[in-house]
Amino acid sequence: MITTERATRVARIGFGITVLAVIALAGIYARALAYTPVERTQGLAQKIFYLHVPAAWATFLAFGIAGVLSLLYLWLKDRRIDLFAEASAEVGVVLATILLTTGPIWAKPIWGTWWTWDARLTSTLFLFLLFIGYLLLRGAVTDPGMRARFSAVVGVMGLALIPFIHLTVYLFRTQHPEPIVLRTDGPALPGVMLVTLLASFGVFTMLYVGLVMQRYALGALRDLRLEREAHAAG
Amino acid sequence: MTGVVRAALWIAAKDLRIEWRTRTAFVSALAFAVLVLAVIFFSRDPTAVSAGAIAPGALWVTFVFATMLGLRRAFDVERERMAFDGLLLSPIPREAIFWGKWLGNLLFVASIEAVSLPVAFLFYDVAGWTRLPVIAGVILLATVAFVAVGTLVSAMTARTRHGELLLVLLLLPFLFPPAVAGVQITARLLEGRPLSEVMGWLKLIAAFDIVFLTLASLLFPATLDE
Repeated sequence: MITTERATRVARIGFGITVLAVIALAGIYARALAYTPVERTQGLAQKIFYLHVPAAWATFLAFGIAGVLSLLYLWLKDRRIDLFAEASAEVGVVLATILLTTGPIWAKPIWGTWWTWDARLTSTLFLFLLFIGYLLLRGAVTDPGMRARFSAVVGVMGLALIPFIHLTVYLFRTQHPEPIVLRTDGPALPGVMLVTLLASFGVFTMLYVGLVMQRYALGALRDLRLEREAHAAG
Repeated sequence: MTGVVRAALWIAAKDLRIEWRTRTAFVSALAFAVLVLAVIFFSRDPTAVSAGAIAPGALWVTFVFATMLGLRRAFDVERERMAFDGLLLSPIPREAIFWGKWLGNLLFVASIEAVSLPVAFLFYDVAGWTRLPVIAGVILLATVAFVAVGTLVSAMTARTRHGELLLVLLLLPFLFPPAVAGVQITARLLEGRPLSEVMGWLKLIAAFDIVFLTLASLLFPATLDE
């Protein structure tokens, strides 16, 4: 079971991992700017790639884990799974915010537009909004058991929804092609760029792990305090 | 199995009977639908865009809004005097509650659509009256999905704080695929194109119906208190 000591230890380890990840992120940027060649057609604008793509990876990792945990919760009914899902969803919303801000900043100079209703962009936006709804729903339910069940239901439904949104936008676009040509298969990345990108993937995964551990511990400590208060009140 | 069907029919009949006595939700959802149609009519440059061009979008946006407004009713009536506990305590299978609520909601939303569809055709001066039965069929197909997800979500939001806000926020992403498909199909059909041209969209709605009707019915018991 969860104890205060254990939760505090998880929070401390999570904090350590997060600090390491932030330092490593600075390292990624030093490498991206100084030791990775400038992309020929996009110039310096392409440097945001090392932030944007790993953020996308971590966002989908976070939401994917939250969805799978929702399914697991409905099966096993373990409170720790619910806490883990909550932490993953919240960190996912933060990562999606990074993704959805770096995307337009990159898109404007390269595509010539801040936003395009492409399948991936639209799915990400809906996923982001759905998980905001997920977190708001959690905030609106006071009973812990009910909160866990309700949010797990939304998590599972969300997991099933994403392919449908993707398909909808895909069908929509094939009938109305847009002037902006999106490359379906990206260019083979030169080795140096690939190393920087992969390192950044690692850093964002670390960031995810560190933040989720802290958020999980915070949720556990909050529940423990509520339990103590309920006990004291009799 | 017959026990589930009978209990579901009983719940749907009960809900519709309650609604029939006052007709509050029906009249307000219908008046709201007409209002939305009127507002969207003016949301264009009349010298550049014809009313017919935005009619399919206006129609489906109206349905989506009216559905969300109407869905609250099914579980709101159960909150008064702990009626829902009575429903849970009654000797009927749990899944019958979902199917009963779903059926009641489906008939309720379909009746609003049945009135607002011809109204929209009149308001927007749509020429394709002969296509009306086919379009009505597509609307019914999409409404099955609207109501399946809506029944599940409203079962939860009826028992949370800020329920009416959360219902809209959580439901709208799920209405997006069938509604977009509905707009595309309606637009093609009104242009006189054959049904074969929109098979992709029809399959999308059908797949959505199957997946979410199954998921919603399976997940519904998890929203009930143990």
